[in-house]
Amino acid sequence: MTIATYLLGVFSALLTLGVVIEMLRRRRLRERHAVWWLLAGSLALLVGLFPDILGWAAGLVGVAVPTNLIFFVSMAVLFLVSIQHSAELTDLETKTRVLAETAALQQLRIDELEKSIRKEP
Amino acid sequence: MPRPFDGTLIVMPALNEEEAVGNVVREVLSAYPGIACLVVDDGSMDATGAEAAAAGAIVATLPFNLGVGGAMRVGFKYALEHGYRNVVQVDSDGQHDPVGLPALIEQLNSSDLVLGARFAGTGDYEVRGPRKWAMLMLSGILSRLARTRLTDTTSGFRASGPRAVRLFAAHYPAEYLGDTVESLVIASRASLRVSQVAVAMRPRAGGRPSHNPFKAAIYLGRAVMALFIALLRPPVILPSEASTR
Repeated sequence: MTIATYLLGVFSALLTLGVVIEMLRRRRLRERHAVWWLLAGSLALLVGLFPDILGWAAGLVGVAVPTNLIFFVSMAVLFLVSIQHSAELTDLETKTRVLAETAALQQLRIDELEKSIRKEP
Repeated sequence: MPRPFDGTLIVMPALNEEEAVGNVVREVLSAYPGIACLVVDDGSMDATGAEAAAAGAIVATLPFNLGVGGAMRVGFKYALEHGYRNVVQVDSDGQHDPVGLPALIEQLNSSDLVLGARFAGTGDYEVRGPRKWAMLMLSGILSRLARTRLTDTTSGFRASGPRAVRLFAAHYPAEYLGDTVESLVIASRASLRVSQVAVAMRPRAGGRPSHNPFKAAIYLGRAVMALFIALLRPPVILPSEASTR
């Protein structure tokens, strides 16, 4: 491994963590959504700083080519994040739908009330 | 003397039906005096709401399109809040002949949910190919589940009695095909009595039912999926009368 690739690994991990933390700071990202990204960023930083961990971990789980372990873990993280997003989207859709239903019923009620008030005097 | 249609609310989900909805509302209101008619304007871009109101219907306007399921949920909630005993779903395009209404409401004396079936002898409505297979499969499985013979489970012409109104106001499904297929699964599992009566259907005012085999095959697939997911979900329990008042 050259010094350039070593630095590339460390800097991309730092960049990811920096972006996530900055977005958290500006409230553009909620903690519950940031957990996976923070975990992925920290792992990347750890492996970036100490590349030997990767070889050790790959040997532990029986992965012949250590790089494949990176791909596998990255894909697993992306997969989980994406499922979480689908679930959150479903949640939001349900909430929006209930709001729309309530809004329609309340609008109807307001219309009826206004009609009855106008009739009275 | 109480009129036979007191306490019955007609709910019509309507999406861009400005040409048909007025006549359908007038037809129902004049044929059955005392009946109430709620048109749920499901995010229409045209004058559907205004036409329905001019014809004498109560109009609830959804801010955007939710589909038939969402529109019916509004109908069931409205019925519950305003003390209507029965809800009858009628299409706003005039496909459902209101002549069938008394038979549906009559049947509510012995059932909680009554389907107006299109193939049970009256009228001349016909489908072919994968769409027919889908309907046959749904009928077979749902008939067994509901412990009664149902020949037209995707019919949108249906009447709900007080127990069904209470159940559906809380648990009516909003997904595609949920309003027809999953609602039957939910009702059967909550021990509601389901039955059907034969009704005549008129040809749709706008366009013909699609006979495109690809669309029909996709419909079959979605129907199978909707049914099996509905069966996988935990059964819901009929809310008690006290909890909904």
